[in-house]
Amino acid sequence: MSLVLQAAALGILTGGVYALMASGLTLIFGVMRIINVGHGALVVLGAYLSFALFRSFHIDPFVSLVVTMPAMFALGVVLQLAFIRPLKTDREALSVLVTYAIALGIEGVLGYVFTTNYVELRAWYETASFAIFGFHITYVYVFGFLLCLAILGALFLLLYRTTFGGAIRATMLNRTAAQLIGIDVDRVSALAFGVGVATAAAGGVVFGITNAFNPGSHYDLISRLLTIIVLGGLGSLRGAIIAALIMLVTEDITAVLISPVWANFVFFVILVAVLIVRPQGLYGVRVRDRI
Amino acid sequence: MTDAWTLGLRIGRGAALKALGLVVLAVFALILPVIAPDPATTNIAVFTVMYVGLATAWNIMGGYTGYISLGHAAFFGIGAYAFGLLVIHLNITPGYAPFLLVPVAGVLTAVFAVGIGWIALRTRAATFVIVTIAFMFIVQLLAENLVKLTGGGAGLSVPYPHDWGGDFFNTPFYYAMLALAVIALAASWWIRRSKFGLGLLAIRDDEDKALAVGVPTRAFKLTAFVISAALVGMIGAVYGYYVTYLYPQFVVDPLIGISMVLMTFLGGLGTLSGPVIGAVLLERAQLEFAYRFGASRLYLVLFSAVFLVVILILPRGIVPSVADLVRRWRRPAASDATTPAEQRVAS
Repeated sequence: MSLVLQAAALGILTGGVYALMASGLTLIFGVMRIINVGHGALVVLGAYLSFALFRSFHIDPFVSLVVTMPAMFALGVVLQLAFIRPLKTDREALSVLVTYAIALGIEGVLGYVFTTNYVELRAWYETASFAIFGFHITYVYVFGFLLCLAILGALFLLLYRTTFGGAIRATMLNRTAAQLIGIDVDRVSALAFGVGVATAAAGGVVFGITNAFNPGSHYDLISRLLTIIVLGGLGSLRGAIIAALIMLVTEDITAVLISPVWANFVFFVILVAVLIVRPQGLYGVRVRDRI
Repeated sequence: MTDAWTLGLRIGRGAALKALGLVVLAVFALILPVIAPDPATTNIAVFTVMYVGLATAWNIMGGYTGYISLGHAAFFGIGAYAFGLLVIHLNITPGYAPFLLVPVAGVLTAVFAVGIGWIALRTRAATFVIVTIAFMFIVQLLAENLVKLTGGGAGLSVPYPHDWGGDFFNTPFYYAMLALAVIALAASWWIRRSKFGLGLLAIRDDEDKALAVGVPTRAFKLTAFVISAALVGMIGAVYGYYVTYLYPQFVVDPLIGISMVLMTFLGGLGTLSGPVIGAVLLERAQLEFAYRFGASRLYLVLFSAVFLVVILILPRGIVPSVADLVRRWRRPAASDATTPAEQRVAS
């Protein structure tokens, strides 16, 4: 029983990272109605940027976010302007392909620069742990969880307490109506893409510090993130966060009770089960011709 | 009257040219292993024809109904594993006999596709894309985890014949792949001209209106999905026999899944010849990149660059864009009169 509780605690802590990464993905979907298949690769890119900064300048991975998040925000805006905005017809399908191509490009460049060997981000708190109620919890999971909470909190503040956030939410609700009341939806889209990619960088640091990764890690990551946002309901931030926690807790409990090799599998089984009952996901709304 | 006459002549000449081109192409495809028998060339030919078949089969679902599946690699893998397990457990002597099991592998894949499609087709558009990706990873994980059945990560060895009754090397596989590609093309051609195909195109244009005018959308979508999956499964079966060793990450490979999609987009989504042209062009490029830069991973960067250029410059694909150019060149004045529906029919 205590093993299960410990697994659940770990699931919540790691669920925080997935909540952060998935919220960037679902934000991008909500604003632009595109699936960013490159999100996993951008997370891995963020992790590698912090890895490079640590290797060259010995900057703490969490501190390196001060540099990598703005850099990734800029990259996101550039990617949106260069590859997403030019798509005029059949955007939904073509954007999947374009972002897939971006993912392959990032994978190729990272493989060229860093080779395909697995690496891990290192810090003093990586292996240190403390005991609480008889469980041993590694500091890194707690720090990662707190960082994710902080960034998610900042994201919610941005969305619900600023004019720009209001513009983003208006665009998510109804693009045409937002345009009619004078919102520059193109600009909002580019900046929202940047914000989504910046959260990927933050997620990348926590992911990289708790997992060994290589340039090919993005396949596994994106399949999980996509599953999470479909489960939560596409475009719903709240749904993404709750779905991430449900998924990771179930996964970790399965790993303890059954076997780690089936943990991944349960992830997808939940998705299938939910789709049979509720095709629009937990918090999704059924839009007539879209989802 | 003169107009009608020249038009008739033009269509006649066009059709004759088309038929001649097809005959030349068919003869070339048939005698290729005879004029270029070395294993290196036939190996390339096997993979090129394989992708022609895959892209054509994918197009039946993705192109005609507009439901983009990024998970067709799952059916490729199911077909390969079904074939491998049948050959092993039925103790079939390697040689020509296992090819008879390819349709059986296709039927088994179809059974899986009915289940997967039934669930996946409850969703639309973006969610459908994601669900197909999820199913691909489910299949990959099953192949890895059901060690007793599939051998897991250690791989499954398919018996390989050492004697074909002659120095044929890859030739039997080439003809098997060619036969499947022709079947896929015939199916695609037939569907395009049938009422069923018309229903699929209606679903692509507006699913709710299609349902309103009496198209049985659910049954049609599922049928297209299953046909497409069964064809991909049969091609996967021949692939499994060809490579003789089945590993989960190579048989259920996301890159194979995305390649058939990209080839179809490059050639022209929803057209008959588009997937063929896309597959021939892209498979060449892919082999070239992998051959020159394979060791340094730069080939992925090049592949993604081609990918981006294709989509940004030719979002509608080669065939519709060229057809448009030709039409404009022939009838400069009437060019704006063409409706989107007419452009879509160009194939």
